[in-house]
Amino acid sequence: MNNTAVKQETLLEVKGLTKYFPIQAGVFHKTVGHVKAVDDVSFTVKRGKTMGLVGESGCGKSTTGRVLLRLLEPTAGEVSFAGNDVFKADKRQLQRLRTQMQIIFQDPYSSLNPRLPVREIVGEAMLQHGIASGRRDMNERVIEVIGKCGLFPEQASRYPHQFSGGQRQRICIARALAVNPEFVVCDEAVSALDVSIQSQIINLLKDMQDEMGLTYLFISHDLSVVKFISDDVGVMYLGQIVEYGGKQQIFENPAHPYTEALLSAAPSFDPKARNNKKRIIMEGDVPSPANPPPGCRFHTRCPFAKDMCKEIVPENKELEPGHFVMCHKAHGLL
Amino acid sequence: MDTVKTKKVRDVRELSYWGSVFYRLRKNKMAMVSIVVLALIVLACVLVPMLSPYSYFVTNTDNKQMPPSVEHPLGTDDLGRDLLTRFFYAGRISLGIALIVVVLECIVGVIMGGVAGYYGGLVDAAIMRLCEMFMSFPFLMFVITVRALFGNSLVVLVAVLVLLTWPSVARIVRGQILALREQEYMQACEALGISDFRRIFRHLLPNVLAYVIVYATLGMASVILTETALSFLGLGVAPPTPTWGTLIQEARSRIVLVQRWWYWIPPGLGISVSVMCFNLIGDGLRDALDPKMKR
Ligand SMILES: Nc1ncnc2c1ncn2[C@@H]1O[C@H](COP(=O)(O)OP(=O)(O)OP(=O)(O)O)[C@@H](O)[C@H]1O
Ligand SMILES: [Mg+2]
Repeated sequence: MNNTAVKQETLLEVKGLTKYFPIQAGVFHKTVGHVKAVDDVSFTVKRGKTMGLVGESGCGKSTTGRVLLRLLEPTAGEVSFAGNDVFKADKRQLQRLRTQMQIIFQDPYSSLNPRLPVREIVGEAMLQHGIASGRRDMNERVIEVIGKCGLFPEQASRYPHQFSGGQRQRICIARALAVNPEFVVCDEAVSALDVSIQSQIINLLKDMQDEMGLTYLFISHDLSVVKFISDDVGVMYLGQIVEYGGKQQIFENPAHPYTEALLSAAPSFDPKARNNKKRIIMEGDVPSPANPPPGCRFHTRCPFAKDMCKEIVPENKELEPGHFVMCHKAHGLL
Repeated sequence: MDTVKTKKVRDVRELSYWGSVFYRLRKNKMAMVSIVVLALIVLACVLVPMLSPYSYFVTNTDNKQMPPSVEHPLGTDDLGRDLLTRFFYAGRISLGIALIVVVLECIVGVIMGGVAGYYGGLVDAAIMRLCEMFMSFPFLMFVITVRALFGNSLVVLVAVLVLLTWPSVARIVRGQILALREQEYMQACEALGISDFRRIFRHLLPNVLAYVIVYATLGMASVILTETALSFLGLGVAPPTPTWGTLIQEARSRIVLVQRWWYWIPPGLGISVSVMCFNLIGDGLRDALDPKMKR
């Protein structure tokens, strides 16, 4: 094992991840096109760190998270998790990966089976994977993990409808952490909650990260949340990561016009920053991912777009170490 | 933790899902009374060969059209048969038909709806077209035609009723499975590597079964009524086999209606009481199966 040093650095490596959904029409379900939900996305997540993934609705954030966990079959690409090829894993290896990679969903209502008590919801996977040796052991472990997530032992017997939205999200977190994962995809995990509850849940996620050494892929459209929790940030637009870098680089020195537009659209509570900020207003709506524009996908809405942008797809170039951008302007070509 | 373990199960929140269903059902007085009444009717219908000294089909013209008496508490009919005996034999047939029809339609419906919802695509489309076809049959025309072709045995009646009712069950089950598949907890199951067996038996079926059980209970009531209507129109079971519907049909003349209440009041009560019981139990189950209901 001479690559342990590398292993400790990079936990998840995604290369050329692509997911197309076929569009079917007519009586015979003929495929008439594809929704290019995720198109050639690459990034890495370092062990113990949090990568934020931001972008407008429909840009493919959730699809990225789900394909990573093989909840959806990929169209192309490669995902390596702690040295294992996720997409080539057979049934047994996949079952092992299921305990290592977890997901927390947005909707705390539809993500809990209303007919099972918390004990069963959280403990089921422990029995499935032999983490708990029996029901008594499971019960003790459930009480321990829900305790960590801020619930009381007696609440283990309650049903999901007896909890508030924030408490339900705690149950979801407990369920994901019950199998001792290393990596957790948080897909809009706080978006459905009140602002005051949001910060509680984010703090819980941070505490758990410190305690269990977790690595997160934190998907959100809320820039302030991503800024708070992330170490690295990827900005997605129409199925591509158009800018990727450290939190500082993205928030203080954005290079892609789309990132700038997102940042200037976000409300700012710092009056100085508000005055200094140049506002970039995007024109029009997001084009359909079934028929993305040629060249740079953002050119239809970019205030700086030139002829070149309409024809040539920008390269994904490293501006400074660890800061990647897909934009002709940022590359100094305009 | 020890206190949690040793505490007696008293709080509904401590119960398993099915445990809490029965707990809530027990608290529903109307449903409990209905269950008791229905149980008594069923018991009498089952035990009638042992309890009654009379036959339901042997005629005795010396003894016909007798008013209620000690020997014949509900009198005798036009052919001198004891009406109380015939009432309970009729109950056997009416309730028996309803039970068989409902069980069969639920089996067929759950399988067809489950397959359609689970596999989707062309299989789903084919099954759904079949459902629509059966549901658009004109009911009476179909019954008359089938009787003309295959005779009027019990088997034919049951087959016709099953054929015409399974699509409703299939649609309920398919709709539920489609809705459940989209639920994030089913995706969480997949992400957690929960086995197909657990996914089907702990997550899908209990959620689907709740609806099927309620539908089946209410379905008992509707089959009893349908059978009554068919018998009343002379499209039901052939004599001398009695059903509650045929008993009423035999009492159709004006004179009987006015002068011999004991011909038609008992089967009428039999039908309405059991239909009402099934409806109340169905409603009670619907509430009890919904975990959002506190009591
Ligand atoms: N199962 C599916 N079949 C077909 N198209 C899909 C499917 N799932 C997602 N899509 C499409 O893929 C695109 C990306 O969807 P995705 O859910 O990944 O977006 P998102 O970034 O998570 O958006 P949101 O912020 O609204 O959650 C959308 O255009 C969506 O319509
Ligand atoms: Mg999403």
